[in-house]
Amino acid sequence: MDALAPKETLITLRNAGVRHGARTLVSGVDLTISRGEIVTLIGPNGSGKSTTAKLATGVLKPTMGSVTRKPGLRIGYVPQKLTIDWTLPLTVERLMTLTGRHAQADIEAALEAVGARRLLKAAVQELSGGEFQRVLFARAMIRKPDLLVLDEPVQGVDFSGEVALYDLVRQIRDTTHSGILMISHDLHVVMAETDTVICLNGHVCCRGTPSAVKRSPEYLKLFGERAASTLAIYEHHHDHEHHDDGCVVPEGEAHDHHHERDHDHHDHAGHDHVR
Amino acid sequence: MSVTTITTTMRGTTMFADYFSRALIAGIGLAVVTGPLGCFVVWRRMAYFGDTMAHSALLGVALSILLSINMTLGVFAVAALVAGALIVLQRQATLSIDALLGILSHSTLAVGLVLVGFLTTVRIDLMGFLFGDILAVSVEDIAIIYGGGAAILAILVLAWRPLLAATVSPELAEAEGLRPEASRLVLMILMASVIAIAMKLVGVLLITSLLIIPAATARRLSATPEMMAVVAAILGAIAVVGGLFGSRTWDTASGPSIVVMALIVFLVSLAVPVSRLFGRRVPHGA
Repeated sequence: MDALAPKETLITLRNAGVRHGARTLVSGVDLTISRGEIVTLIGPNGSGKSTTAKLATGVLKPTMGSVTRKPGLRIGYVPQKLTIDWTLPLTVERLMTLTGRHAQADIEAALEAVGARRLLKAAVQELSGGEFQRVLFARAMIRKPDLLVLDEPVQGVDFSGEVALYDLVRQIRDTTHSGILMISHDLHVVMAETDTVICLNGHVCCRGTPSAVKRSPEYLKLFGERAASTLAIYEHHHDHEHHDDGCVVPEGEAHDHHHERDHDHHDHAGHDHVR
Repeated sequence: MSVTTITTTMRGTTMFADYFSRALIAGIGLAVVTGPLGCFVVWRRMAYFGDTMAHSALLGVALSILLSINMTLGVFAVAALVAGALIVLQRQATLSIDALLGILSHSTLAVGLVLVGFLTTVRIDLMGFLFGDILAVSVEDIAIIYGGGAAILAILVLAWRPLLAATVSPELAEAEGLRPEASRLVLMILMASVIAIAMKLVGVLLITSLLIIPAATARRLSATPEMMAVVAAILGAIAVVGGLFGSRTWDTASGPSIVVMALIVFLVSLAVPVSRLFGRRVPHGA
């Protein structure tokens, strides 16, 4: 894709909000997502992240403000949590065509792209958290969506899986140029490639590039100095490879890979995790 | 005395082939529909929901007689109304869904029974409505079963993908442009229809067993949803045939015999660890 081509705007929220009965779930959200852009929503529980994502996908209609979608906008959705009951026999192959018909070659290519080709015939109930998440990515991608909505995509995935999934998001953005709306499950973690971080707390409390948000007084006020000092921003280092099952393999045993992020924030007060 | 017995038996035998084959044809037709539809009942954990709709069928019978309307239509309408009422109550009520189901299930059955008691002008075979009378099916009944059944299966096939997507994740289905609420409505209507056509055959108390048992049995034998639907239809037909022959051999009630046969097939399937054959992933790193 031509880097100089004007970016097509996929979706625009203007002062959008949702009121449910007497409760305002979220209000005053301004948000634009263009092709090839990554927007990340962060905020505490109940801050309106999911509601905002649902406004974007059209599952919820705004009761305030407006939501404009590009006509015919194709959305690929990776849900927050998907438990598939044992009573439903579902192979990965069948899951790929859940919401639409796709050619066998496309199915295999989509799984190949996320390193899950060998899981084609596996039952979804047998997959590990990381494997399932990869398969869900592939399922969303096979639709060739204009906009990919990822609801807490790395939740419940172990650390190496998390790193691998962030790499995958980056790769998807680079190869498909779809817009990406991501909800982060962790207040403190944002991908470095994120173009805009929107920090929600019932309303937009601050926004900007990851490093700008990290320094913004609103973010500090909401989450405290210590939280801000631990806002980890993932960057990409080509120091590892992936097995097709998503395991991260460091290049050579002696190499440390640089994705380590300590989950114990207390130990890291004052450290700068922006690399 | 002995002469009378012999003539009855003879008349029975000549008639037998006729009504028995009618029962077989009707039962198989029904099982082919309840199998696939029952898969959704199992997947969506709607067993009690289906039971509640089925119990309301007796109310449908009583009301159709009172208002002198077509019984199949009356049963369908009442079952659909009960389903609608459940959805509405579920949205706003403070009671849990199982309490709501319990209330509606038993109160519709009770109101139906009370109403039947008031119908002094018409003689009603209550046992027939509660436990079915498959041996009494007429050619007209068979026409209703096959016509209605074909329509139900056609809708099921046409709406299969959105129905399944909505079952896996309503949120995902909606985000990707499908309409899970509409899917749910379609499913309710299909269930009300199947209850309306099944009531005469197996009765209001046993209808849900034909939905659930074959589908539950099929699970262990299937790797995909589509396969499970087909296997459930076949297993349901086996239960009907086995149950009817069993009921003829041992002179047992036909409806319950079919359900017992379905149960036997289910129990046998438990002994076979076939699910291991399907969807088994390649051993890690091997």
